[in-house]
Amino acid sequence: MRDITLSKAVNEAIAEEMRRDPTIFLIGEDVAEAGTPFKVLSGLVEEFGPERIIDTPIAEPGFMGIAVGAAMTGSRPIVDLMFGDFLFLVMDQLCNQAAKTHYMSGGKLNVPLVLRTNLGATRRSAAQHSQSLHALVAHIPGLKVAMPSSAYEAKGLMKTAIRDNNPVVIFEDKLMYNDKSPVPEGEYLIPFGQANIKREGTDITLIGTSSMVQVAERAAELLAAEGISAEVIDPRTIVPLDEETILRSVRKTSRAIVIDEGHQSYGITGEIASRIMEKAFYHLDGPVIRMGAMDVPVPFSPALEDVTVPTPEGVAENARRLMRGEMFHAA
Amino acid sequence: MNTAKARTNSEDYLRMYRQMVRIRSFEDNANQLYLSAKMPGLTHMYSGEEAVAVGICEALRVTDKITSTHRGHGHCVAKGAEFRQMFCELLGKEEGYCRGKGGSMHIADQANGNLGANAIVGGSMGIATGAALSAKRLGRDDVTVCFFGDGATAQGLMYEVMNMAALWKLPVIYACENNLYGEYTKVEETAAGSITARAEAFGIEAFTVDGQDVLAVNDLTQKLVARARKGEGPFFVELMTYRYHGHHVGDINREYYRSKEEEADWKANRDPITNFGKWLATEGIATDAELEAIRAEVKADAAAAVDYALAAKYPDTSEVGMHVYAANG
Repeated sequence: MRDITLSKAVNEAIAEEMRRDPTIFLIGEDVAEAGTPFKVLSGLVEEFGPERIIDTPIAEPGFMGIAVGAAMTGSRPIVDLMFGDFLFLVMDQLCNQAAKTHYMSGGKLNVPLVLRTNLGATRRSAAQHSQSLHALVAHIPGLKVAMPSSAYEAKGLMKTAIRDNNPVVIFEDKLMYNDKSPVPEGEYLIPFGQANIKREGTDITLIGTSSMVQVAERAAELLAAEGISAEVIDPRTIVPLDEETILRSVRKTSRAIVIDEGHQSYGITGEIASRIMEKAFYHLDGPVIRMGAMDVPVPFSPALEDVTVPTPEGVAENARRLMRGEMFHAA
Repeated sequence: MNTAKARTNSEDYLRMYRQMVRIRSFEDNANQLYLSAKMPGLTHMYSGEEAVAVGICEALRVTDKITSTHRGHGHCVAKGAEFRQMFCELLGKEEGYCRGKGGSMHIADQANGNLGANAIVGGSMGIATGAALSAKRLGRDDVTVCFFGDGATAQGLMYEVMNMAALWKLPVIYACENNLYGEYTKVEETAAGSITARAEAFGIEAFTVDGQDVLAVNDLTQKLVARARKGEGPFFVELMTYRYHGHHVGDINREYYRSKEEEADWKANRDPITNFGKWLATEGIATDAELEAIRAEVKADAAAAVDYALAAKYPDTSEVGMHVYAANG
């Protein structure tokens, strides 16, 4: 095991899969010589050439649509969408075309495509380069949605996504590209729909996605110092969602907080919280708490931006209140 | 012209005639199914535009791909689909091409290279261009034809993908069926300037052809397909045509956007089937009686397929959750 960055992990996953399968190509803006603004894809064009690492004009709906058609006809494209915020530009091709083609054709046509993009605020990039929009695509049947929380997950989930016969949207947290974590030298895949119990505990379950797993882990450390034992669960994919692992944990702890960087309203936190309340209601000692990003466009000023996303301290504070039973009668 | 060549051409001509008659017959029946309230939902008739789909698809191989539109029955028939599975699909039956999950606006027939009709105007332009990229990358010499209407030229996606198709010399032919109306609006009110000039701005060779003349469409398409296979694409063709029905089967009172005289004139003087039939008779390729026999045979086929589809069973409700995701492994 060696420590590598999340960026390197994604790069390795794509390179390994492209060596294995010549039908894979990668398409997007400044993916070749530039290797993306985050340099995640550096070196790939040198190995695979411009025929397989394809630079496009700045035309997101266009290259997204081209990838859908290529996927329907024997290719396995990886689409690089420079910022998650640009999802709004590709929604027709992703949600009306890619997501529905298999169903509308009665199972005759497949769209094996990966859309890799990113999420995450606090990079001082303001409202159009900071959104976490995974709930939008998770809402659409036919799409799978992966949310790696470390370099290890980023590599294993990317390889699984590339081999999947469906459109998969994979969100990397752009603040985590330089975070290192242990990644095996040898090949491995992480199956979709299998949550990871990052930390075992008995008093409260903290379910986090993407970088919010780290937030949950730090909150768990704060709580441990006070004698509160928190279990941290990383679903790793939100579609499909490993409900069983989450429910098993909540039945044990009787308390849960769901933490996610998408807007709190109508989001992932609400979905997971409802499933817990529907399926583990009689095991709960208190309401399931949602902690998403504030329902505001992401502001530019650091003073404002930092208060829009969940923090370890905020999670720990909610956990303490739950432990004290304060939220039993919350309005 | 030697005898063998004449016979081959005669067979081609008669097949084109039959295919156009099949489309007309399919649409007459589909319209009747709607009017008699036997078909769920709405549908968009291709009648009047038959020479476009047939002229183009007769120049393609089975492995060549097409993408189609909400007005897509003609493309589907012309690319090789069978009546039974098509009518079953229109009626939402299990034996339909898409097991009843797509319906009129989403018929796909991947075995014959039809990647599907599309209910988003202009929505398939990326798909067609991507199919062409796939063929080129994977070393196949297949060509893709992207069918769309004049209304779709207002969509931005078209310009994005034509730009990339031209940059990358993709084997795709953009076939703009200019039937003069986008839904309920005249093309002059929605398309500024020239339609072919839009493609020419990207350095794409563009052509305008009489879409009521199946031989003119077929001749041009054969030349362009051959060139596209050699890597000389993409191309753009504007086919001047006319839809006999309204935007959809329920669009009955149309006088606020086009006159009955105009409709009557196209039907009387520019019908692609009537005119091609006259030419076949004049050239001595088929007698009127032989053409009448083709029409009668197709009519009977269509009627039998409608009866079959009406009696066919619906998918079991357990299928509703199937095909959301493709299986892996």
